Amino acid sequence: MANTRIYVFNRFNRFWHWGQALLVITMLITGFEVHGSYSLFGFEKAVGYHTIAAWSLISLWAFAFFWLFTTGEWKQYIPTLEKVDAMIKYYITGIFTKAPHPFRLTQLHKHNPLQRIAYLTILSVVGPIIWSTGLLYIFHDYWTEWGLRAFVSLEWVAFFHTMAAFMMLAFVIVHVYLITTGHTIGAHLKAMITGWEEVDD
Amino acid sequence: MTNEQGRHLEAINQVKGKHMLRIRRSTIVLLLGWFALIGAGIAHASEAPPVKLNTTADHSKFKELQKQFKSGPEVTKACLSCHTEAARQVHRTKHWTWEFLNPDNQQRLGKKNVMNNFCISISQNYPFCTGCHVGYGWKDKNFDFTSEANVDCLVCHDTTGTYKKPAGLAGNPVVGKPMEMPPGSGKIVNPVDLARVAQKIGKTSRDTCGACHFFGGGGDGVKHGDMDSSLAAPDPEVDIHMDATGLDFTCSTCHKTSSHDVPGSRYKPTATEKHSAYIRGKADQGNPATCQACHGNTPHKTEILLKQVRMNTHAEKMACQTCHIPYFARGGVPTKLSWDWSTAGKLDANGKQFTIKDEHGHPTYASHKGDFVLGENVKPEYRWFNGDIKYTLLGDKVEKSDTPTPINRIDGSPVDGRSMIWPMKIMRGVQPFDPVNKTLVMPHTAGPGGYWKELKWESAIADGMQNMGAPFSGKVDFIKTEMYWPITHMVASKEKVVTCAECHTVDSRLKGIDGIYMPGYSKFGWLERVGWLIALAALIGVLIHGGARIYLSLRKAG
Repeated sequence: MANTRIYVFNRFNRFWHWGQALLVITMLITGFEVHGSYSLFGFEKAVGYHTIAAWSLISLWAFAFFWLFTTGEWKQYIPTLEKVDAMIKYYITGIFTKAPHPFRLTQLHKHNPLQRIAYLTILSVVGPIIWSTGLLYIFHDYWTEWGLRAFVSLEWVAFFHTMAAFMMLAFVIVHVYLITTGHTIGAHLKAMITGWEEVDD
Repeated sequence: MTNEQGRHLEAINQVKGKHMLRIRRSTIVLLLGWFALIGAGIAHASEAPPVKLNTTADHSKFKELQKQFKSGPEVTKACLSCHTEAARQVHRTKHWTWEFLNPDNQQRLGKKNVMNNFCISISQNYPFCTGCHVGYGWKDKNFDFTSEANVDCLVCHDTTGTYKKPAGLAGNPVVGKPMEMPPGSGKIVNPVDLARVAQKIGKTSRDTCGACHFFGGGGDGVKHGDMDSSLAAPDPEVDIHMDATGLDFTCSTCHKTSSHDVPGSRYKPTATEKHSAYIRGKADQGNPATCQACHGNTPHKTEILLKQVRMNTHAEKMACQTCHIPYFARGGVPTKLSWDWSTAGKLDANGKQFTIKDEHGHPTYASHKGDFVLGENVKPEYRWFNGDIKYTLLGDKVEKSDTPTPINRIDGSPVDGRSMIWPMKIMRGVQPFDPVNKTLVMPHTAGPGGYWKELKWESAIADGMQNMGAPFSGKVDFIKTEMYWPITHMVASKEKVVTCAECHTVDSRLKGIDGIYMPGYSKFGWLERVGWLIALAALIGVLIHGGARIYLSLRKAG
């Protein structure tokens, strides 16, 4: 039974998460249009929305990093292999038999080991590839002035940007689904809205 | 009484007996009004007599021009009596010599030497072609290019619109008495009043330049696609600069001319301009007719800095024309897109030549010319172009194949540092050639003995080639050709430019242009496949996982 509630996501944390969710989805939708995968807003508008969302997300990430490092929350992302096997086993079998969740959430450990690895990868690998190539993309017109033209080509910038976008897309799909794997189907979602997660006693 | 005074009186009547103060004020206004009117009258009386402000010389007052002229050269002699250097200035120009020596590859070009895939060449067709020569009497290859009197001043400087040089008269206008042209046609051409034309002489205009340049290829709009009679008085949609009710540019506003030598060339075009706008007093040898000559090379201004620099970056690789001329032949006049000479020569049931016309009355087949494809509002094709052009000239070896033989080979590449992406009209043709000597040929087409009348290739080509002193085997075959016409006129208003999405899309206008990465068009084959596969696998994975959870929990519950 659910009879313990833990405050896991404070207000900024939730704002960061939902802001990021909105912006990432906007950027995926507009980005793949810019890439030519489909046509929705029209190329010019898509580029405009994508650029606005990009600057917003970069600002948000700047605040988030500040928050992570000033509050010590960054420790939530230290990867661990402990119980990773149990987590995988849980998702493969346990979840179907309503076995108890192998990870017990606390305020100091609000992410399970798989989450730690996934989020750390997003924040430290996928994210940086996206924003570094994205910034190069945005400032393409200044490459000559800044002496970059000889070292980077638009084609390769676009390649890595697109590659990271696919990684982000796959992450979003799996992440959205895994929201439903909490204590109840809506528990994780509720936690990210209210800040409070219900856990088994 | 003027309206104004009337209104004052009305005002007085309206307020009479009510507001004496206002009546008095109105009276004063009325009196002041009278004084003003009288004052204006005095000022008018002392004004200078009317004056022409567009010239310092009223040619109708010149004794030299107040006579009956019997021929064009007579007029020219009168002109030269004051404008002593004019004829020899004209002698130095392409308009006179019809010859151009390409300084880069030493090819001898100009209408006198080149072939095209329209009416092909001027050899033995002089009296017809030279209706557009700025001279009188070029009827065969023995024309005297040193004659000053044979320079035609009027064809460029006429302001009356009555000066015409019909094809067939070797550049002469009809003078004296009316002439039936062509003979036997019943069409009468009235003589030109040379004295009137001479007395009303003025600057060149869209009409004078257009009299030839709009009709290149033998008819309105036929040759260029970006020049036709719609430019005589265009709307802003057709040409933003020439817009007759707006900027009202003439040709020479851009083709800024000195010493009669009009700048701008199709033989040696300026494909790339990396300078800012020209400034008075700054020495330069540049072409004044380029867009950059006025607009510079960072011409875009928007409120959003990044957008502005993005557009200016586009201008580093693309000619202005690429975006700013979205379609050519936009003025309602079609242009020829292809011409197949190989089908010429058919006769109708009565053994006569015939013509097939489209729904707008434009010929699509003529017995003496073959099949045409016409187009209006044509989307250009795009090529890297650095301004270097190499012609296939008489005597150059050609091979018949499915790949068209280029009449003019344009050079350009994304990496030569001097190419831009240019819009082109690519004229496609099938034209006669000599399969034994493997050369293009110059047939005699117009006039007696020409193909248009006789429909006999062998004799027509023999005649044209013999005139050039070129060998001809006597055998005739047909060869596919193509000819590049960089598009540069008919600049649209900025609202009508090519939009981003027309190139940044799968079905891009710039499809096939290499050396650029174009978001929205360019793709990375395997990354696309792997990327979408991973996304799809993730989706299917979670759907199966979720489905299994639902199924098992339902089974447990029920």
